[in-house]
Amino acid sequence: MSDNRFVYFDYAATTPVDPRVLDAMTPYFTELFGNANSLYGVGRQAFNALEDARSRVARSIGAAEPREIIFTSGGTESDNAAIIGITRAIAPKGGHVIVSAFEHHAILGPAHLLEKDGYDVTYLRPRADGVVHVEDLQSALREDTVLVSVMHANNELGTIQPIAELAAAAHASGALMHTDAAQSVGQIPFNVVELGIDAATFSSHKIYGPKGVGVLYLRRGVRFQPQINGGGQEFKRRSGTQNVGGAIGFATALELMLEDQSEEIARLTGLREKFEKGVISALENTEVSAKADNRLPNIAHMLIKGVEGESMLLQLDAKGVAVSTGSACSSGSLEPSHVLLSIGCPQELAHGSLRASFGRFTTEEDIDYFLEVFPPIVNRLRAMSPVYDKMFGSSAK
Amino acid sequence: MQYSEKVMDHFNNPRNVGVIDDADGVGEVGNPVCGDMMKISIKVDDDSISDVMFQTLGCGAAIATSSIVTEMAKGMTLEQAVAISKKQVADELDGLPPAKMHCSILATDGLKAAVDDYLNKNGREPISGGLAHDDPNFDPHAIEPEEVCDVEG
Repeated sequence: MSDNRFVYFDYAATTPVDPRVLDAMTPYFTELFGNANSLYGVGRQAFNALEDARSRVARSIGAAEPREIIFTSGGTESDNAAIIGITRAIAPKGGHVIVSAFEHHAILGPAHLLEKDGYDVTYLRPRADGVVHVEDLQSALREDTVLVSVMHANNELGTIQPIAELAAAAHASGALMHTDAAQSVGQIPFNVVELGIDAATFSSHKIYGPKGVGVLYLRRGVRFQPQINGGGQEFKRRSGTQNVGGAIGFATALELMLEDQSEEIARLTGLREKFEKGVISALENTEVSAKADNRLPNIAHMLIKGVEGESMLLQLDAKGVAVSTGSACSSGSLEPSHVLLSIGCPQELAHGSLRASFGRFTTEEDIDYFLEVFPPIVNRLRAMSPVYDKMFGSSAK
Repeated sequence: MQYSEKVMDHFNNPRNVGVIDDADGVGEVGNPVCGDMMKISIKVDDDSISDVMFQTLGCGAAIATSSIVTEMAKGMTLEQAVAISKKQVADELDGLPPAKMHCSILATDGLKAAVDDYLNKNGREPISGGLAHDDPNFDPHAIEPEEVCDVEG
């Protein structure tokens, strides 16, 4: 085992920029620096590059027209704009919105804001399998439901949601459908027409693009109240001088994801299964958190019972391994992961959750290294616990 | 948020881990639902702590504060031991991040509980003055405003 080994298992948090993406972007920060809204030469160059990026993104997600693509500062802005911008445009005087209870905070935050302003919001609970079931949505829909937002894949559990069915149910009731696809686009097939959605959120830095860039897909005809106002850029939907280099970075990153998507799905699924099986066979009282079979290929989320997450994370860090956890102590919040609690995971188990997420540069050797260093860490922490034997029976393997 | 080198040392190499089989006093505080739990056992000789061991389930700060409190308590009189404050524990570790100050309460409360347990077993009155964990309104994860603004204060 090498002491200076670095194993990055947190691709769901962020990814390094692919050198090919960086190469495509770089000229637009220096010689091709023009403002895409200027009429002279360098401005037109920037405009053409921006519009080219827009068309490429539209093509990559199956959008009918490039103008359905709005470049933003990232996933959080896209989520905020979708929830507030659509709801307020359609129902300025109040109405009902449904979001799933395990959405990212970038959805829950604006949903709380709407609630404060007098809108009714339903936080629809997924079931224990980590999936929002269409029957549950059907019983939550009301006549005055304006918008439904359910993420395409959950960012912690990796569970993939039945968006096409959920969208059909929303539409049958007269509501629009938004999905946050920050975690799934590029990882698995994603087509706005096949899914039948009206709006979607994307983030560049989850797919080897730069941070600070995102996209809001808004199907043509969806009413929208801009959340950032000013010069009227992005078809009057998002003011502010466009980040041309960033837009090109996102378009390039997305195309690279699609280039070898099916090979990567197979390879990463293999790595994930090796990881999950390896942990379960090396350590008692461990399990995959959400039981749904339909999960992202690159996220393994496990409950390591009787261990606190931050202490696991720190000990893994000492071995050069980067992972994340839903424990309260690591997040700085008072409660463990709202995602785990939403699927009925007891608090004492949620503190011991571990998310390992894999990506383009993850190798089989990385998994082997993890499986070598991880069990002793868990066994040591369990041996140090005053309650492990009492709570979970026999001593650690 | 970043831990001091001393916190990381006590987290990675915790001192005095385990259980004293013939302990004179045992303190158990915390709750797995909150993610923090500590058990501490002491040997008492002439009203001084002659040996002390701990077990802790919790985050890095919980384990490090447990470890350092056992080092601090060894050799102290019972009065001195129950007077150890969460600030002294944090200072001894070269500080704790504001969000982690509450973790040291686990360690000081654990020690107080062990001392009172010893006294109780010997028919004597408790001297700790009560535990933060016994207060029904105690929130182990609460961040006190002054801790955020002024850790030294």
